[in-house]
Amino acid sequence: MTAVSPPSRRVSAFFHRKPRLRLGMLLSAPMLWLGLAYLGALAALFITAFWSTDVFTGKVVTDWSLDNFVTLFSDSVYRTITLRTVGIALLVTVIDAVIAFPMAFAMAKLASPRAQRLLVIAVMTPLWASYLVKAYAWRTLLSGNGVLNWLLKPFGGTGPGYGVTATVITLCYLWLPYMILPIYAGLERLPDSLVDASGDLGARTFRTFRSVILPLTFPAIVAGSIFTFSLSLGDYIAVKIVGGTSQMLGNVVYDNIGAANNLPFAATVALVPVVIMLVYLAAVRRTGALDNL
Amino acid sequence: MSKTARVLLWTALGIGFAVIYFPLLVVLLNSVNADTTFGWPPKHFTLEWWGRAVGNEGALHALWTSVLVGLVATAIALTLGTMAAFALQKYRFFGRNSLSLLVVLPIALPGIVTGIALNNAFRTILGIDLGLITVIVAHATFCIVVVFNNVVARLRRMGGNLEEASMDLGADGITTFRLVTFPMLRSALLAGGLLAFALSFDEIIVTTFTLGTGMETLPIWIYNNLFRPNQAPVVNVVAAVLIIVSTVPVYLAQRLSGGDSSSGGRI
Repeated sequence: MTAVSPPSRRVSAFFHRKPRLRLGMLLSAPMLWLGLAYLGALAALFITAFWSTDVFTGKVVTDWSLDNFVTLFSDSVYRTITLRTVGIALLVTVIDAVIAFPMAFAMAKLASPRAQRLLVIAVMTPLWASYLVKAYAWRTLLSGNGVLNWLLKPFGGTGPGYGVTATVITLCYLWLPYMILPIYAGLERLPDSLVDASGDLGARTFRTFRSVILPLTFPAIVAGSIFTFSLSLGDYIAVKIVGGTSQMLGNVVYDNIGAANNLPFAATVALVPVVIMLVYLAAVRRTGALDNL
Repeated sequence: MSKTARVLLWTALGIGFAVIYFPLLVVLLNSVNADTTFGWPPKHFTLEWWGRAVGNEGALHALWTSVLVGLVATAIALTLGTMAAFALQKYRFFGRNSLSLLVVLPIALPGIVTGIALNNAFRTILGIDLGLITVIVAHATFCIVVVFNNVVARLRRMGGNLEEASMDLGADGITTFRLVTFPMLRSALLAGGLLAFALSFDEIIVTTFTLGTGMETLPIWIYNNLFRPNQAPVVNVVAAVLIIVSTVPVYLAQRLSGGDSSSGGRI
């Protein structure tokens, strides 16, 4: 390369001899940002959970106490909301897994390679279409003179209206692609020969599914569940849009930051999904699901 | 596999896709629904609401804020995400696994946790008032992972052979990067940037907690006007715009990445 001038060559050579220095320079900015700013913020959140708010001035008081945690665990309102939130998150995860599996299976094992690419794009594209717009779409679908009631009317039925059922439906809809894609990826890696071998050895479809396909794709399902579960745990907007009067943990956090102006208590409540998620992640670590993310 | 099983699976896929796309079609249809109150099936169609939305100051202002935040956050994410991807893909060092977890964390934890953690850090710890800067910092934080994943996938596929060949032929590090590495990375960077922008453009939960009072991004504008009945037609149009605007970059990014980002998640 004649275009290269000697000084730049000397700089290149200098860095080439010092891989540690190169690594350090590459890591410095991202680690300052994520390590200091983001981890720092999480640590601060944890600390704030032990503080309180002055009733008169609304300012945060930096006195240490466990009062917020006592309120969270002893007040039956918060206990109910916590249980409801975890219940909704579990239900959404299970429903999504049941719906996503056959879809992912058809995509990975029945479709042609060209169709596979198109189908993946077809799943990915609405995934990013605004979360809010999708929740809003369900508000119109579920409304009194909405599509669902119109569809069910000839059969003498009505839709669920706004409430916990509507929340579960909406969340299932919102997170379904997050379940389809990892399962699809898992099934794609599953060799066809194993399925064929199982058939050759005399297993029927269901037996092959239960003894061969399911155990091998379980990590992929767990990987999908991490997203559906985590996203449902932290949600508060879908509940506000279609949930009627019911609340989830996210709403408690939101209300305490806004109207109640009690940041420390909001921090305490926000730690609940974090702790649940960390326990969940630790529990599924051994399945190898984390490598499938 | 039996014929019945095949038919059932194809049916499940068909119904699944119908359910995924139907609500989005309803929103699009609603934006040209002449009735001001939503009623199904729509009887008359009009483009009047689109005209009104184009002249709606609040919506336009929110659009501008969204674009500005998205562009700056994407630029930061491109820089930091690429640096992190190079460091973690090309070097083996102590703590490497923890660092890759750290990159994913802002998006693996529920949005509300990221939101309140940053809100608390800005207001209580640093004493900064929420504004445009704070929301850009927040968006950049969770956009890094999108760029990171795209670049890591490409680096993994590229291997190091071409770079080594370039060095063997006498090119120095800078020239190799300029003529070999960067051209091969370009489409991955573009895909990552597009996805990061789309993610920022659509984000609402973290935005709620980090945007200054009185400011609105497009999703926040929708949310604030969602429960006002007389705003319904314009909200429908903005919602339709959001669907179109955010799916185009994702579609493009998918084609650009060449199937690199097989990772299923939100990433």
